[in-house]
Amino acid sequence: MRPVAAIVLRQYYLMRGNPTRILPIVAWVAIDMVLWGFLARYLDSVNGQRINFIGNLLGAVLFWDLFTRIMQGVTLAFFEDVWSRNFVNVFATPLLISEYLCGLVITAILTSLVGLAVMLLLATIVFGLSFLSLGLLLLPYLLLLFLFGIALGVLACAMVLRLGPVSEWLVWPIPALLAPFAGVFYPLSTLPTWMRAVSHALPPAYLFESMRAVLAHHPTRPEGLAIGIALALLDLVLACWLFSHVHRSAVRSGLLARYSAESAV
Amino acid sequence: MRLSATSAAACIPAAAAIPAALSVQGLRKQYGPLLAVDEVSFSVPRGQIVGLLGPNGAGKTSTINMILGILQPTSGNISIEGLDLASRRSEALAHTNFAAVYASLPGNLTVRQNLRFFALLYDVADCGGRIEQLLEEFELRALADTRCGLLSSGEQTRLALAKALLNQPRLLLLDEPTASLDPSAADLIRRRIRAMARERRCGILWTSHNMYEVQSTCDRVLFLSHGRVLLEGDPRRLPVEHGATTLEELFIRLTREPLGSDAADAADTIAPESRRGISS
Repeated sequence: MRPVAAIVLRQYYLMRGNPTRILPIVAWVAIDMVLWGFLARYLDSVNGQRINFIGNLLGAVLFWDLFTRIMQGVTLAFFEDVWSRNFVNVFATPLLISEYLCGLVITAILTSLVGLAVMLLLATIVFGLSFLSLGLLLLPYLLLLFLFGIALGVLACAMVLRLGPVSEWLVWPIPALLAPFAGVFYPLSTLPTWMRAVSHALPPAYLFESMRAVLAHHPTRPEGLAIGIALALLDLVLACWLFSHVHRSAVRSGLLARYSAESAV
Repeated sequence: MRLSATSAAACIPAAAAIPAALSVQGLRKQYGPLLAVDEVSFSVPRGQIVGLLGPNGAGKTSTINMILGILQPTSGNISIEGLDLASRRSEALAHTNFAAVYASLPGNLTVRQNLRFFALLYDVADCGGRIEQLLEEFELRALADTRCGLLSSGEQTRLALAKALLNQPRLLLLDEPTASLDPSAADLIRRRIRAMARERRCGILWTSHNMYEVQSTCDRVLFLSHGRVLLEGDPRRLPVEHGATTLEELFIRLTREPLGSDAADAADTIAPESRRGISS
C-alpha cells in the first residue's frame, strides 16, 4: 500500500505547493453551476413549471461535470509524471502498474469529491436543488459516474503513453465529444437511430435517462441503470488492461525509456 | 567466473554462495534492424565498482535501462541479488537504485518531498529517519524545503545520490553521476561512493566519460562499443597491457578502431586475456 500512498502523497504535495492546481477543481464546476443555474431558473420562469428545468438542467450539469472531474483527476495525476519527465524515476522502482493506477484513481476520487462538495453546495444553497429527492438512486448514479470517469481517465493515460505527450490535447475534448451521445440534456429518443446506438454503449446515458424519469415522476427502469454500471465496470477493466498492455509494449519498444516532451509516435 | 585482483581480495570463502549484486548473461537488444546491445555478459560482485565505458551510442544507457526494468531485452538474462528481473521484477528492483543525469527528480517538489515520495515507492522502513539521515549525509538539510528545480547542478547531483541510497540498495547504477560537478564536488562524491561500496558491500555499475575518474574509482571496467564488450579489466593495468600510456588514450584508440564491419575483428587486436566480457 505504501507505493500507492506515494502517488497520492505526491499529488497532495503538488496541490499544497501551488494553489493553481486546486483552482480548476472548484472554479469550473462553480462557473457551470452558476451559469446553468440561472439559465434553468429563467427557463422555469417562462415555462410555467411544466418541466422542472432546475432539476433537469442543473442535475445534468452537476453529474456531467463530476464525470469530467473524475476523468481529468486521473489524467492530470498522470500528466504530472509526463510534464516532469518522471517516468524513468517512477517505473524503475518496485512499483507495480496496478499500484500506479490505484494511486491515480484514489487521487482522482479525492479531488473529485472536493468538486462534488462545491457543486452540491451551490446547487442546494443558491438554486434550491435537493439531490435528496433522487433518494437512494444517488448511490448507483455516483458509482456509475466514478467507474466510467476512472475508465475513461485510464484510457486517456494509455493513449498519451502510446502516442506521446503531444497527444495530451486529444484528451481534453473527450467529454465534450461524448456529451451529445450521452443524452446529458435531452432524452435519447431525440437522437437519430445511429446516434442512439452509440448512446447505448455509454454508461452515463442510462444515468441521465433514469434521472429524467425520476424528476418527471415516471417509473424508472432499474435494469437500465444496472446495464450502465455493468458497462462502466467492463470499460474500467478494459481500460486497465489496455494501459498495462501499452506499458508493456512501451517497455519492449524502448518508448518508456525515451519518453520525452516531444511526440513519441 | 573470472574476478579482478581487487575483487578477489574482497572475496571470502563463504562468499562463494552469495550471489553477485548483478549478473548479466547474453544480453541483447534489437530495435528493428539496429542491434543496440549484442550478447553482453558481465557481473558486478558486492562491494565492487564496475565502470561501463564506451563512446556515445555504444549501448551503455540501453544496458542500464534494461537492468532498471524500463527496457525489455530482446534476449538474455538479468539477475539482481540472485533474483531474475524478468520473473521477479519488484523484488529485484527493491534491491536496486540509480542516479542518472537524464533522470532528474521532479523540480516542482521540494528536496524532502521528493525523498519521501521515493522512500514510499521503495517501501523504505522508517522513512522519516532515513530521510533525515540522508539530508545530513549529503549536506542537504538547509535545502530540505527548497524546490528541486531551484537547486544548482551540484545540489541536484547530491539529491539524486541521496535518493539513490534511500533503500540502501545492493546494486547501485550511476550514469555519469559527476558530469555536471566541479572537480572538488566530483572528488567528494567519488569518495562517498567508494566508501559506500566498501562499507555497505554494495555493487556499483558506473558510467563515465571521465577516464581519470574511472581509473581512480573503478575496480574493473568494461569497454562497450557497437553494443559489444570489447575489453575488460583493471583500469589501472589495461593501458599498459595494451600499449597505451593512459586509459584515455586506450579509450580513444578503441573508439576510433574501424569497427563498422565487425566489432569482433577489432576485438581480435586486443590481448586475449582481457578480450570480451566475463569468462565463465
